[in-house]
Amino acid sequence: MSFQLRCPQCGPRSVYEFRFGGEVRQRPLPDAAQEEWYRYVHTKKNQAGEQMEWWFHRSGCRQWLQAVRNTISNEVKRTWFPDEDNE
Amino acid sequence: MFSLLRKERMWRSHDLRRRYDVVIVGAGVHGLSTAYHLGQLHGVRSVALLDRGYLGGGNSGRNTAILRSNYRTPEGIPFYDASVKLYEQMSEELGWNVMFSQCGHLTLAHSDAGIVGLRVRAENNQLMGVDSRLIDLGEIRRLVPGMDLSDRARYPILAALYHPPGGVIRHDAVVWGYARACDRMGIEIHTDTEVTGIRRNGRKIESVVTNRGEIATETVLNCTAGWATTISDMVSVPLPIVSYPLQACVTQPLKPFLHHVIVSATLHVYVNQTDKGELVIGAEIDPYQSYNMRATLPTLEQMATYTLELFPQLHAIRVLRQWGGICDMTPDFAPIIGCAEEVDRFYMNVGWGTYGFKAAPAAGKFTAEMIATGSTPGIIAPFTPARFRAGKLLGEKAAAAVSH
Ligand SMILES: Cc1cc2nc3c(=O)[nH]c(=O)nc-3n(C[C@H](O)[C@H](O)[C@H](O)COP(=O)(O)OP(=O)(O)OC[C@H]3O[C@@H](n4cnc5c(N)ncnc54)[C@H](O)[C@@H]3O)c2cc1C
Repeated sequence: MSFQLRCPQCGPRSVYEFRFGGEVRQRPLPDAAQEEWYRYVHTKKNQAGEQMEWWFHRSGCRQWLQAVRNTISNEVKRTWFPDEDNE
Repeated sequence: MFSLLRKERMWRSHDLRRRYDVVIVGAGVHGLSTAYHLGQLHGVRSVALLDRGYLGGGNSGRNTAILRSNYRTPEGIPFYDASVKLYEQMSEELGWNVMFSQCGHLTLAHSDAGIVGLRVRAENNQLMGVDSRLIDLGEIRRLVPGMDLSDRARYPILAALYHPPGGVIRHDAVVWGYARACDRMGIEIHTDTEVTGIRRNGRKIESVVTNRGEIATETVLNCTAGWATTISDMVSVPLPIVSYPLQACVTQPLKPFLHHVIVSATLHVYVNQTDKGELVIGAEIDPYQSYNMRATLPTLEQMATYTLELFPQLHAIRVLRQWGGICDMTPDFAPIIGCAEEVDRFYMNVGWGTYGFKAAPAAGKFTAEMIATGSTPGIIAPFTPARFRAGKLLGEKAAAAVSH
């Protein structure tokens, strides 16, 4: 196994139970400038270090969750459901 | 054998000078090829190649060394064809054997949809003068008698795209050959030299900051593959690149039985046998973004499972090594070559993902022309970083990605 994620519903599971959903991004408002939409649609932060990201527990409770993971070490710091009170 | 004992050095180390005309970040095959062509074709020799690791320690020393030009799009096919042709002359040009073996390349189809996709490629390839055709089971059996072509397989093989000029090369030899040629022209290679910042004044670059001191320059070329965004971040140029690990492995040597490169997108695997007899096996990218190069068991299991689908007789062989590299994936599976829109003379030759080794001679040649003359050669124009803003993405996914 390469690493584990703790699903807030199902507990610690192999990363292979999840589908990776990419970095968490703020969607621009519908009338935002074209440049803002370009950046949102195409460019990525591609963080080398801790990033907030989406995961879908495909082989478990089938819910989307968010995590903070270090992309250099793959260490997962925290996981939560996005509608939960974020501390 | 005796050449191992020679006294001559392939490249020398130097103190860092205070300024260079061009600073290239990343001394993988793309940085080296661009530096070589800058010196060889344009007389630009005040060039520093900086790499934070050892020479060829990035993807250029981690790939499965497969070369081919049977891509799918009218932008991709002539570009990769030009590159393979430059590889054909490389040993002679560099006076250094890069061991290019054009053993032939087969891409397998396991479904009707797969056949249609390969037929499109074959037709496009032939229109553009690339030797490539669809072959049936009878011909596959003659070329690769050791492969399971029965209908008992989980995904039976139905047809293949056969590309005779495709093959494998010695990747380290390419890197060393370019490094030697650069060194002889007075181009400096600095390993263990990490770029930690780039200073700019408005749209102009002033200097590159490294762990060994600061270098004045107006021209920077980013050739850092998986780390591309960490460099472009230094001048606040966002890129549509996400870094994913790609893994490969090599088995114990076996008697020669496989004389072609075999690729299956359905099975997410590619296999070839080296002259030493080892099987080199590559996987698809890991299913999550990461900068971590550690090899993992699930990917090894996947490579083993799919290789056994093709060659069940290999069930008892041993794996010698497994490793990973970090790939700079773009959304349209095409590279990003050009000058940043936001900063003058901040060039990039990145986005090579899982498929960039074969592209290095052509990408380096035309990137060098762009840097030396200030105008972009038509053959690399479609790869401009401006294509995303303009909504002109390329359609290379079907021919460049192993799966998806
Ligand atoms: C397992 C695997 C199999 C592959 N198989 C094939 C194949 O069969 N055929 C094919 O055509 N392609 C293949 N590829 C892709 C190919 O290897 C790459 O596209 C190509 O080697 C990229 O070359 P490069 O010079 O751009 O990058 P690299 O060789 O990765 O060089 C980038 C360099 O940048 C340096 N760097 C990073 N950050 C800094 C910094 N801050 N300061 C200084 N230096 C820095 C790194 O140390 C590194 O040496 C494969 C890749 C992998 C990982």
